[in-house]
Amino acid sequence: MSATRYLRPTHLEEALAALGTHPWTVLAGGTDFYPGRVGKPVDVDVLDVTRIADLRGIQVAGGAVRIGATTTWSELITARLPNVCAGLKAAAREVGGVQIQNAGTVAGNLCNASPAADGVPALLALGAEVELHSGSGARRVNLGEFVLGSRRTARRPDELVVAVHLTPWPEGAKGVFLKLGHRRYLVISVVMVAACVALDAAGRIARCAVAVGACSAVAQRLSGLEARVVGMRPDEAIAGITNADLTCLTPIDDVRGSAAYRRDAALTLVRQAIEQAATP
Amino acid sequence: MNKPAEQSLAALRQGTTLSVNGTAVRLVCAPSKRLAHALREDLGLTGTKIGCDAGDCGACTVLVDGRQVCSCIMPVAQAEGREVTTVEGLPQSGCLNRLQQAFLKHGAAQCGICTPGMLMAATDLLARNANPDEAAVRDALGGVLCRCTGYRKIIEAVLAVATADNTVDSPSAGAAVGSRMARLDGPAKLTGAEKFGADVAPAGALFLRIIRSPHARARFTLGSLDDFRRRYPAVEGIISAADVPENSFAVFPTPKDQPVLADGHVRFRGEAVLGLIGEESALRAIAEADVPILWQPLPALETPEQALAATGDWLHDFAPENVLCRGRVVKGDVQPALAASSFTAEGEFRTSHVEHAYIEPEAGYAELFEEDGRTRIRVFACTQTPYMDREEVARVLKLPLDAVHVVPSAIGGGFGGKLDVSVQPLLAVAVWKMRRPVRMVYTRPESMISTTKRHPARIRVRLGCDSGGRLTAVDFAGDFNTGAYASWGSTVANRVPVHASGPYAVPNVRAVTRAVYTHNAIAGAFRGFGVPQACIATEALMDDLALQCGIDRLEFRLRNALRAGHETATGQTLAASVGMTQCLEALKPAWKEALACVAARNGASAGTSRRYGAGVACMWYGIGNTVIANPSTMTIGLRKNGRFMLYNGAQEIGQGTYTIMPQIAADALGVPVALIDQIHGDTDQTEDGGKSSASRQTFVSGNAVKFAAEDLNGKLCELAGAPADARIELHGTTLIARAAGAEKRLDLARCQTDARGDIALGRGTFNPPTVPLDANGQGVPYATYGFAAQIAEVEVDVDLGTVKVLHVHAAHDIGRAVNPTQVEGQIHGGVAQGLGLALMEEYISGRTDNLHDYLIPTIGDIPPITTHLVEDPEPLAPYGAKGVGEPALIATAPAIFGAIRQATGVRVDFAPCTPDRLRALLKRGTP
Ligand SMILES: Cc1cc2nc3c(=O)[nH]c(=O)nc-3n(C[C@H](O)[C@H](O)[C@H](O)COP(=O)(O)OP(=O)(O)OC[C@H]3O[C@@H](n4cnc5c(N)ncnc54)[C@H](O)[C@@H]3O)c2cc1C
Ligand code: FES
Ligand code: FES
Repeated sequence: MSATRYLRPTHLEEALAALGTHPWTVLAGGTDFYPGRVGKPVDVDVLDVTRIADLRGIQVAGGAVRIGATTTWSELITARLPNVCAGLKAAAREVGGVQIQNAGTVAGNLCNASPAADGVPALLALGAEVELHSGSGARRVNLGEFVLGSRRTARRPDELVVAVHLTPWPEGAKGVFLKLGHRRYLVISVVMVAACVALDAAGRIARCAVAVGACSAVAQRLSGLEARVVGMRPDEAIAGITNADLTCLTPIDDVRGSAAYRRDAALTLVRQAIEQAATP
Repeated sequence: MNKPAEQSLAALRQGTTLSVNGTAVRLVCAPSKRLAHALREDLGLTGTKIGCDAGDCGACTVLVDGRQVCSCIMPVAQAEGREVTTVEGLPQSGCLNRLQQAFLKHGAAQCGICTPGMLMAATDLLARNANPDEAAVRDALGGVLCRCTGYRKIIEAVLAVATADNTVDSPSAGAAVGSRMARLDGPAKLTGAEKFGADVAPAGALFLRIIRSPHARARFTLGSLDDFRRRYPAVEGIISAADVPENSFAVFPTPKDQPVLADGHVRFRGEAVLGLIGEESALRAIAEADVPILWQPLPALETPEQALAATGDWLHDFAPENVLCRGRVVKGDVQPALAASSFTAEGEFRTSHVEHAYIEPEAGYAELFEEDGRTRIRVFACTQTPYMDREEVARVLKLPLDAVHVVPSAIGGGFGGKLDVSVQPLLAVAVWKMRRPVRMVYTRPESMISTTKRHPARIRVRLGCDSGGRLTAVDFAGDFNTGAYASWGSTVANRVPVHASGPYAVPNVRAVTRAVYTHNAIAGAFRGFGVPQACIATEALMDDLALQCGIDRLEFRLRNALRAGHETATGQTLAASVGMTQCLEALKPAWKEALACVAARNGASAGTSRRYGAGVACMWYGIGNTVIANPSTMTIGLRKNGRFMLYNGAQEIGQGTYTIMPQIAADALGVPVALIDQIHGDTDQTEDGGKSSASRQTFVSGNAVKFAAEDLNGKLCELAGAPADARIELHGTTLIARAAGAEKRLDLARCQTDARGDIALGRGTFNPPTVPLDANGQGVPYATYGFAAQIAEVEVDVDLGTVKVLHVHAAHDIGRAVNPTQVEGQIHGGVAQGLGLALMEEYISGRTDNLHDYLIPTIGDIPPITTHLVEDPEPLAPYGAKGVGEPALIATAPAIFGAIRQATGVRVDFAPCTPDRLRALLKRGTP
C-alpha cells in the first residue's frame, strides 16, 4: 500500500487548482466517505474541503438563501431561515443522530446522491440550485438536473460544489418534511415527502411544490400535481390526490419495504404533507 | 501543480496538533486516519469504543469543541487545533463526575460498551441544557445505541443529574441481598478503564485477518499461497485447514460439526476459510479478490422446507434429512381432546433470523507463555463461557486442558451470541503456528455474517378450551432453521417443547420440534433459546380463545395459569415459587387502566388513521440447562489483610454477576460487601461457574457462592476455635467469631496462608436437581421456573402500517430480587429486545449485515416501562432468587402483537411486523 495524499486547503482557488490536475476524492463531513470503507484503509488521495472559507456559512438576503457547501445539518437547524425552510430544517433534524448532524454536510448529502438522501427532496421542493466551481469557471444547475441517478451527479471531477441557493417564496409560505422509517433515530428513509405551500389571500393554493424521496433512483418533484392544485382550496386539493399523481415514482422492493408499500405510503404522506404545509 | 500535495506530506511528517482532554498532543499518523483509531492506538485512550466504524452505533462518540461526533468517521486532520474530550477526560479530580455518579446510581451501564458514547452525548446535552426534559435527552442520545439497558435507566440517570442526589452507599453487613447497591464494576465501565476484547494486546502482537466465504455453499481449492506471499510480503503467515490439528468444534460433544477453517467446502456465507497474519493496516489493504481461492459455487438449501425436501442432499453425512435434532413432549391425548373442545384456535407463525447486535464486535488475543517448563497458551477474548472456550481451544490444538489459560475480557454484550467461540480457536491456531502473540478484532459486518443468530421458526399450533375457558389441549409443531452447523440448535429443539404449552395447566399436550440444517447463518443461542418464538404463536392463540369465549384476555390467562401443585406438560409437579397468578394479579390495575385508555383514545381519534390497542402475554422459563447437568463451583478465601477474595467463575456479561455474587457471599458470611474482592472468570484462578446463559447464574452460581461462604465460615470458626455455626465479624485484621455468649478472636496477620494468600478457602458446588426426560418428554427438566406477564399499549397508524409502543408493564416472578436495580435493568433490556424482535429486526445475510440496515431499537423507540417485581421465593435458590435474563424478553413481542390486534383487528402471525407487512396484512384483513 503506497501512502495516500491528504490535502486540506484554506482557499477555494487552491482546491480547484488541485482538482484540475489530479483525481482527488473530495471529503467533507466524512459521514458517507468512511462508512463505505469499513475494515479498509483509505486508499485514495483526499481533498478535505472543510477548511475552505468560501464553502462555509449561510447567508439570507431578502427571501433568497445561500447555503455554503460545508454547512452541517446542525448549523442548518440553528440558522434563522424563512418559514418555507421549516421542512428543510425538519429534514436536517431527521438526518442520523446529533453526531451525524454535527459532521455531515448539505453538499455531501447531495453529492453522495443516495436515493434515500433526506436533503434531496427537501431542497428539491424549495427549488434549490447547486453552484459548482472549477478552475475554468462557475455554473449553477437545478438540483433536479444535478442528481442524475443513484450515486450519480452532474458534477465533473474537476468541480466542487460551493453552495446551494434557494430562491424566494411568497411571505407566509410554509415547508414541511415527513420521513417514514422503521425506527425513531438513525434510520434510512423508506419514504419521505417534502412539501412547500403558499396560500393566497382567499386561502387557496397559490404555489405548491412536492417532492418524494426513496421511491425512485432520484427524488422526484410531482409537477403534475403541483400545477393542478394551484387555485384550489387545500381540502379539495388533498381530496383529489390519487395514485395517478404519483406515476413518476418507480419504487423498488428492498429490505426496508416493498414497492407497493412505498407507493401506498407515499400517497398517504403526500396528502399529509400538503395538508400540514397548507395549515398556517 | 504539486505544491499543495507536498505541503500535505510535510504536514504528515509534522503530525496533527490538537488538545485531548486538556493536554496538547501531536498525532503523527495519516491525516485520513479515523480519529477513534488514533485515540485508541496512538494515544492508548481505549475508553473510546468502536462498535461499527461506520457512524451507526455511536460507541465512539467524543466531543470536539464540546460537540458530540462519531470519532470513527472523522479524519484526524479535522481535529487539528481543536479540543477533543473523551470519557477519560470526564472524572473530576480523580472522582466520578455528577453524570457518571448518576449513571452508577441508576444502573445505566450494564455491559458498559455503549457507556462512554452515552456519557459523551449526555455531556454535550447537559452543557447546553442543564435541566433537560425526557424528549431533549432522547434527541441528544438518539445517535448512541445500547443493546443491554433498554435505555430507560440511561434516561433516568441523565434526568437525575440536575434533580437528584446520586450518591450511593455500600450496604452494611447482612443487608446486601435485596439492596440497590451500585455495580461493583460500574466505576471501571464509567471511566473507560474497563478492558474489552479489543482494548489490550501484548506489545508486538501480529494481527489476524480472516478471509471468509462469499458463497452460502461452495467447494473451493487454494491456489499458490507462496506466490500470494511473494506478492504481499506484509503477510507474515497464513493459516488454513491444514494448520488446524483437530479441525472440528461445537458446543456439545456430538456432533463436532464445525471446522475452524473450512476444508474445501463451505456451508454458509461468512464461513472462515483462510487466515492472513501480519500488520493490521497492510492486511486490511489486501483486496479479497487477490487471495488465491478458487470457488465453485453450488446451489444452496436456503430454507428448512428445501432442506427437508432435499432427498439425499445432506449438509452433514451424520444428519439424514438434514435434521440435527428432534424434540418431543407428549402428555394425554391431543386429538380427541381438541375434537371435544368447545373452542379451538389455530395458526401458522413465522419468525426471522435475529442478530444479537451486541455493540462490541468479537475481539481478543492469544499468546504462548512458559510455565513450569512447558509451553502454555493464553487466550484473552470476549466470552460468556470461559471454561467452554478452554475446552474448545484445547481440542482444536490437541492440547491437554491445563495447557490452556482463558482470561475473559470485559464483554460488551452477549445475549447468547458469545456462548459459541468466535475468535478463540482462530487465534489459537494462529499463535500456535506463528509462536508470536496474535490479536484480532472483527469488523461489524464480519461479526454479523460469521456469528450465530436467533433461529427463524415456522410454528403450527392448535389450542382448545372448554366452554368455561379452561385449556384442554395444545398441539404444537415447530421447525427451527439451525443453519449450517449445530451450535445450540439441539438446546432450542429440546427446550421449546417443554415450554410450548405456556405457563398454563393443560391436560393434553403434543409438542414436537425439529432443528433443521440449511446453508444459512448458524442459528445458536439467543436469549430464550426458541421460547420467544414459540410464545408469539401460543399467546396469539390464547387471545383467539379468549375472544371466542368472550372472556377478558387477562382473566382468561389467569383462569389457566399454572399454580403450585399443578403438573406441567412434562409431568413435573410444581412444588413452590410459581408466581404466575401473582404476576397477572399485579398487572390487573394497569390492564384496567390500559383498556380504558385505549377506548378513550380510539374515541378521540375516530376519523383519523390512528388506532390504539393493549395486549397482554404470559411466559414461563425453566432456569438452567434442560436436564443436562450444569453445575457451578465457587470458592472464596480470607486473606491476611482482613479482606475476602471471591474466585468468581460466573462470567459477568453485563447482567451483573460481578455484583450479585459478592452480595450473596457477603450476606452468607454476615460481613459488609465492601470487604469482598474478586478474581473474575480467569480459568487458572476460578473454578468452573458454568456458562452465563439459560438465566442460570443467580440461581446456580448464587447457590454455589452461598455454600462456599458457609463452608468458609465454618473453616474460619474452626481456626478461631469457635463452633462451626458461630458468626464471624472482621475488625481490621482481627476476626471475631461469636456464638451463644462465647467470643473467639483470630489475629489474621499471624495465620498461615496457601500459595495464593488465603488463610482458609471455602468451596461450594450446586447443580440443579433434574430428572431426565423419557421418550415422551416426561420428567423434571428444570429445578425451577421464572414466570412473567407483560402488557403492551400501542398506537398503530393504519394508513402507514407503523406501530408505536406507548407503554409496557412487566410483572416478573423472580423469586427474590437480589438487586432490584439490576433486575429492572434486565427487564428493560429484555423488553427492548422483544420490541425489536416484534417490530424491526430481520437479519438477511448479504443485505443487513451492518448496523445501518439491521435496525435495533434506539432510545426513541422504547416507551416507559413499569416493572412489578413479584417475589415468590424458590426454596432451592439462594435467598429464593431465580433468574430473569431471558424471561425479560419473552412476553414482549406477543404482548405487542396482542395490542396491534386489538387496535386493528388483525392477528399478526410473523415477526418482525414491519410497516410494509402490517399494511399489507391490514389491506388483506385477517383470514
Ligand atoms: C449513521 C448515519 C446515519 C445517516 N443518516 C442519514 C439520514 O438519515 N439521511 C440522510 O440523508 N443521510 C444520512 N446519512 C448519510 C450522510 O450523513 C449524509 O449524506 C451527509 O449529509 C453526507 O455529508 P458529508 O459531509 O459527511 O459527506 P462526505 O462523506 O464527506 O462526502 C459524501 C460525498 O460527497 C462528496 N462531496 C462532499 N462535499 C462535496 C463538495 N463540496 N463538492 C463536491 N463533492 C463533495 C464526496 O466526495 C463524497 O462522494 C447517514 C450517515 C450515517 C453514517
Ligand atoms: S463505532 Fe463509531 S459509530 Fe459505531
Ligand atoms: S450497556 Fe449499553 S450496550 Fe451494553
